[in-house]
Amino acid sequence: MDLKEKLLSSYLVFENKLDIDSPINDIRNEAIKTFEEKGFPSKKEEAWKYTSLNKVLKEDYSIFPKQENAIDYKDVKKYFIHDIDTYKIVFIDGKYSSHLSETTHDGIDVCLMSAALTKPKYQLIIENYYNKVATKDSLTSLNTAFANEGAYIHIPKNKIVDKPIQIINFSTGNESATMLQPRNLIVVDENSHVQIIERHQSLTENAVLTNSVTEIFTNKRAIVDFYKIQNDNEKATLIDNTYVNQKRESIASVHTFSFGGKLIRNNLNYYQNGERIDSILKGVTILSDKQHVDHNTLVHHIEPNCESHQDYKGIFGDSSTGIFNGKIIVNKEAQKTNAFQSNNNILVSDKATINSKPQLEIFADDVKCSHGCTIGQLDESAMFYMRSRGIPEKEAKALLMYAFSNNVLSSVKIPEIKQRITKIIANKLGVNIGFDL
Amino acid sequence: MLKIENLHASVEDKAILRGINLEVKPGEVHAIMGPNGSGKSTLSSVIAGKEEYEVTDGTIVFNEEDINELAAEERAHKGVFLSFQYPVEIPGVSVTNFIKTAINENRKAKGLEDMPAKDMLKLIREKAELLEIDRKFLSRSLNEGFSGGEKKRNEIFQMAMLEPKLAILDETDSGLDIDALRIVANGVNKLKSKDNAVIVITHYQRLLDHIVPDFVHVLYNGKIVKSGGKELAHELEEKGYDWIKEEVDA
Ligand SMILES: Nc1ncnc2c1ncn2[C@@H]1O[C@H](COP(=O)(O)OP(=O)(O)OP(=O)(O)O)[C@@H](O)[C@H]1O
Ligand SMILES: [Mg+2]
Repeated sequence: MDLKEKLLSSYLVFENKLDIDSPINDIRNEAIKTFEEKGFPSKKEEAWKYTSLNKVLKEDYSIFPKQENAIDYKDVKKYFIHDIDTYKIVFIDGKYSSHLSETTHDGIDVCLMSAALTKPKYQLIIENYYNKVATKDSLTSLNTAFANEGAYIHIPKNKIVDKPIQIINFSTGNESATMLQPRNLIVVDENSHVQIIERHQSLTENAVLTNSVTEIFTNKRAIVDFYKIQNDNEKATLIDNTYVNQKRESIASVHTFSFGGKLIRNNLNYYQNGERIDSILKGVTILSDKQHVDHNTLVHHIEPNCESHQDYKGIFGDSSTGIFNGKIIVNKEAQKTNAFQSNNNILVSDKATINSKPQLEIFADDVKCSHGCTIGQLDESAMFYMRSRGIPEKEAKALLMYAFSNNVLSSVKIPEIKQRITKIIANKLGVNIGFDL
Repeated sequence: MLKIENLHASVEDKAILRGINLEVKPGEVHAIMGPNGSGKSTLSSVIAGKEEYEVTDGTIVFNEEDINELAAEERAHKGVFLSFQYPVEIPGVSVTNFIKTAINENRKAKGLEDMPAKDMLKLIREKAELLEIDRKFLSRSLNEGFSGGEKKRNEIFQMAMLEPKLAILDETDSGLDIDALRIVANGVNKLKSKDNAVIVITHYQRLLDHIVPDFVHVLYNGKIVKSGGKELAHELEEKGYDWIKEEVDA
């Protein structure tokens, strides 16, 4: 039985266990139909031209975790940003882990999707926001059909959340292959501000396929800073579908740091529904071995006087592959749009490849759009310069690569995240230097 | 300290250095002059270990050790320093961080711990003062957008930090205004001792007024064609290179 069939038949079992009165059942039923019609994306589709899921889909994934698995905090502490106080929503094999988490209902809701989907208290928010920005593409629909757990974050108006929120999904590898479909909803009301960190981490070398959907709503003048740390092991595949719906004068930034994993596909979609919005999409990708990371971004400028800033840096070693596909749509009404996109890449190996493709669809006439893509090598003369001062080749390379990513890193607002990323980069490059640039 | 014998080097099969002989002893200052394109920068790069240049014949011995097979960083660890004619811009790496990394990598190579942050700051402050470098300057990206003179002054600042045994200054005077020339030359002189040596590559006498050479060599067509005392530099300043070229080509 292939994975699609397996999922479809699993859905029947899953459906039986659900509360039939739940308002989201219709959404689920519709979603599974969409998935049934569309199936998994194939390379024939333009948007999936450079990324094939074939191999990944061949594994025999268990769809529902069979047992609850506990893990000790001390064993996984290193995956947390632990040197600062944070709220934490932690899942182990898709199941909520209360002992690793620190949720709250004190003025804000930082809790579980499973609760939000079933308790009347959250009904209004769910009705207004749940599945409202996620699209009907096949993988998102698949997630919608099975969604029942994830992070639920609601920040009512005029709140500056006192500490960052971490969403961490662990997989224990207790099954030989596991499929996870976390579903997150983040609603930030007027004038509020929140910072969120998301990480997916497998704890063994067993295969994991994560198909995650995150919906983010930033209402009037809200500010959201979202950091995705992708540094999973070589058997882990992540398909991250993130949708951001912005209202007027809001600022939403998503930083994606991709250093590890077998295959990562980031579908990051922004919709600007209001004026004077700022959308910020930044990424640092550093790959080695046969790693494959595909960034697929969309910024849809719907109303006038908005801005978007995209800055993705990539460094590709060994036989790794990078893809950047950045789409900007500017509607006819969206006059005075400022849309910037830049994608700079360094190939450190002959066998590494990068495909970079901007797609601009501009229907307004008074806009400023710029996009630039560069692909280069490490600067040889800079290498000699550094080495002639006693900095060995590996360290000199690392320093150049770090400097190359520094534009993106410097916009990270939480110093501890920056430090962590710096450490991951140093580890990844096998050097022991501080980079306190 | 440095002994170069019959050094031949080429790039992409094009011979640039064709049999250089040069011996530099501790405490000495050597000046190398010569027309554009004669191979002065190539010689410096080859001594410093630039891999682009292939040594096809001859030897480079530094402190009794053949360094020809050593990587650039290993030569640096042994005390070779090159002040670049065209210092390279490195966006995103600050002057301070660069020099800290360089110092600590040099220490690591000697089996020493990182220099304590306090000592490092003190050293940086001291050397920046010596070269009259503004502290704000040190937090800028290395060489990026620096004026010609600022780049050169920054090279000597790094030299002062690293305290090399052999410093090769490739046209460090070009781009410096009169005051900066004096400051930089002063800096170099302060660092001079009986245990280290300097090779100064220049086109002009004015630097040699400040850093007085023990020997002056003329490089032409990849060979040292004439050597003498400091008076040779004066003679070249007056007469140019034609008379030497004629002598050689005859
Ligand atoms: N990487 C290279 N590829 C090709 N030719 C080179 C390369 N490096 C040096 N050359 C050539 O070698 C010759 C010597 O160059 P070099 O830079 O050593 O001269 P120089 O004596 O330092 O000149 P200047 O006084 O102008 O600085 C020149 O003809 C130059 O074009
Ligand atoms: Mg030169």
